[in-house]
Amino acid sequence: MFTESLMLSAVLFAIGVAGVLLRRNAIVMFMCIELMLNAVNLFLVAVSKYAGIEGQIFVMFVMTVAAAEAAVGLAIIISIYRHYESVDVRNFRLLRW
Amino acid sequence: MDLSQIVFYLFAGVAVASSLLMVTRKNPVYAALYLVVALFSVAGLFVLLDAHFVAALQVLIYAGAILVLFLFVIMLLNLGHTLEPDIRGRFWWPFAAGLGLVLLAELVAVTRGTPERPGEDLLTPLLQTKGAVATVAEPLFQSYVVALEVTGVLLLVAMVGAVVIAKRKA
Repeated sequence: MFTESLMLSAVLFAIGVAGVLLRRNAIVMFMCIELMLNAVNLFLVAVSKYAGIEGQIFVMFVMTVAAAEAAVGLAIIISIYRHYESVDVRNFRLLRW
Repeated sequence: MDLSQIVFYLFAGVAVASSLLMVTRKNPVYAALYLVVALFSVAGLFVLLDAHFVAALQVLIYAGAILVLFLFVIMLLNLGHTLEPDIRGRFWWPFAAGLGLVLLAELVAVTRGTPERPGEDLLTPLLQTKGAVATVAEPLFQSYVVALEVTGVLLLVAMVGAVVIAKRKA
């Protein structure tokens, strides 16, 4: 079950990366980032069985940072939506080349 | 093949299928609901990997709080019935899938050499003597107490920041 968990976390991370590349909706890209964070959490939990409890402690800190990131990121998305009337990343070109 | 392995493959299959559906559904509300399913099955995997407390946190924080926030924002911005799909065009499909597969191959190549049991099981004796909560809580409040307090400050800053950023200008 250990090796399978590592493989599964690799698969979930790759799906998240493909999703960020494939979608243009800022909220869905954000959800793909959450999926990637969750894949890393799965990796840490799987490793913690043989490497000690620190993996699970670290997962808790990752979850906290993910919650903070979701709150601030969604606030930024709401603010952008007020300005552009859209969450499509094609429209956000102020800081792009 | 014992029962826990069957349950493991069940949860793993549900997680992969629902995350693939999340990436490919056009409607962001469906994408959020498939993400909930994926997070729940990852919580089930946490239970199978002897991380009971982390599984409870996963259900409460991720599937409970963060996804409610996502759904709330989607419905607040009224994105549930966008007519124009947001998935990139035909040129992007092979690019994204290829890059994802390359990354997957790299990660698999890195983790391939790991043995099925890389050492002695450190977690099961801890769980048997202390229980699921104290196993995690004791190091969290002894060795990592500074990091825990700093995390509290981080959450406070993020909360204030979210309120300030999302506030409508008067």
